[in-house]
Amino acid sequence: MLDVATIRKDFPILSRKVNGNPLVYLDNAATSQTPQQVIDVIVDYYSNYNANIHRGVHTLSQEATDKYEEARKKIQTHFNAEKSHEIIFTSGTTHGINLVANGFASLIQKDDEIIVSALEHHSNIVPWQMLCEKTGATLKVIPMNEEGELVMSDYDNLLSNKTKLVFVNHISNALGTINPIEDIIKKAHQVDAAVLIDGAQACPHIKPDVQKLNVDFYVTSAHKMCGPTGVGMLYGKETWLNKLPPYQGGGEMIAEVTFEKTTYADLPYKFEAGTPNICGGIAFGAAIDYMNSIGFDNITAYENELLIYATKKLLEIEGLRIYGNTDNKTSVISFNVGNIHPYDIGSIVDKLGIAVRTGHHCAQPIMDFYKIPGTVRASFAFYNTFEEIDTFVDAIKRAAQMLS
Amino acid sequence: MKIKDIQNEIIDEFYMFDDWMQRYEYMIELGKSLPLIDNQYKTDDNIIKGCQSKVWVHAEMKDDKVVFTADSDAIITKGIITILIRVFSNQTPKDIIEADTAFIDEIGLKEHLSPTRANGLVSMIKQLKMYAIAYQTQIK
Repeated sequence: MLDVATIRKDFPILSRKVNGNPLVYLDNAATSQTPQQVIDVIVDYYSNYNANIHRGVHTLSQEATDKYEEARKKIQTHFNAEKSHEIIFTSGTTHGINLVANGFASLIQKDDEIIVSALEHHSNIVPWQMLCEKTGATLKVIPMNEEGELVMSDYDNLLSNKTKLVFVNHISNALGTINPIEDIIKKAHQVDAAVLIDGAQACPHIKPDVQKLNVDFYVTSAHKMCGPTGVGMLYGKETWLNKLPPYQGGGEMIAEVTFEKTTYADLPYKFEAGTPNICGGIAFGAAIDYMNSIGFDNITAYENELLIYATKKLLEIEGLRIYGNTDNKTSVISFNVGNIHPYDIGSIVDKLGIAVRTGHHCAQPIMDFYKIPGTVRASFAFYNTFEEIDTFVDAIKRAAQMLS
Repeated sequence: MKIKDIQNEIIDEFYMFDDWMQRYEYMIELGKSLPLIDNQYKTDDNIIKGCQSKVWVHAEMKDDKVVFTADSDAIITKGIITILIRVFSNQTPKDIIEADTAFIDEIGLKEHLSPTRANGLVSMIKQLKMYAIAYQTQIK
């Protein structure tokens, strides 16, 4: 069992007040909070060894380069990638997806097909629509059912030798559904299609093993897992990364440049043009250390208890409906109370110090599926408490009373 | 009444409330009142999309003054719209163009006019001013 009271002391922000009330932070699926251990690393970087990496011979540059590459190795170990150059630093999940989508533009032809899922948010749909426009390929969608699960029999039917790429999120941001990606990957490989998994919502809760999954590409963001914003990673199998052309041109990604020809650098630098988010990368490594010090088994078990407790308490509220009711979900609850607009509920509970997300969570197709304008979404992290859930449920009751 | 006077009147009304709860309860009451727009104008063309709540706005010219009607699918947004309509409707285009919305801060509803709130209100005010500019151009 986690010692949550002690863990909470690691997060300075959790002791602040909002609108006169103690902050109850339940918007963890949007971004997680940052522990002192990670903040210290950021301060240490700018206080002691801020320098550009991979080019200076001076001591600071060496130190910064060593720490940055050390962070890459931490990420490699965490995700169990075979090689450290299979880990590409990105600015975040969206950057990673665009990098892959852009690379596939040269590998995809007219009449090829790309499969995405109905559980994606906008940033996961748009790059593929752009790729299809550019190449003449077709976008196919794995539908979802009422419980918020992907309909796997339909997926089987969509797969064919035209399928070149399958793209699914590991866990849905709007509903919390854990998708059966092992099965999705295995079946895609049977028709020789590559698979890209968006792990942004998964990595705060579970520890993916990219070799065991046999996934071709996996992307995530640091800020969902106690790290800073503006940094993330793309894992790609070496063979695939070698096939993809560079995404952006600039410094760092070149080996030799004349006006006639440029030779690109080896992996991973081929995809890391320009000065990267050095401090962010190093802090990403520290965030991974922090999460592992808590332990993912502990995190998963505790968050599941929070989920069960909050679900039970919320369902006691009259007229409350939860969207996404699969057994296989993470600590995310998307709901509405009667016909009350989620914006109204969000505005009132904010006054009570509670941070939840309201709206369509950039997942309009899912909202269209349920024919609702949006939901209130509460998402829990390992530093949340049962008392906070009580406060939250009381606030929802109060808001519902005021609004109905 | 001039825009500034109406704004001052609203500020005085809100001073009677002791806390945010009472202000919000008042907003909600306003929001629950009758539709503020004729259904025929509640069309997709008149919709202002916020990420969160939708706002419909219709404008017409009557006796040299712009008459606005509007609505929203969220009650608190609709309450604020009621206040904005009270301020901006039945005014000359020139007065609407020159008016500011600082009074919203004073009545403690500033957060709803933050662009990040994505509730359509910021775009709504912009749209009210655009209508006023368009009518002003016609007058000239």
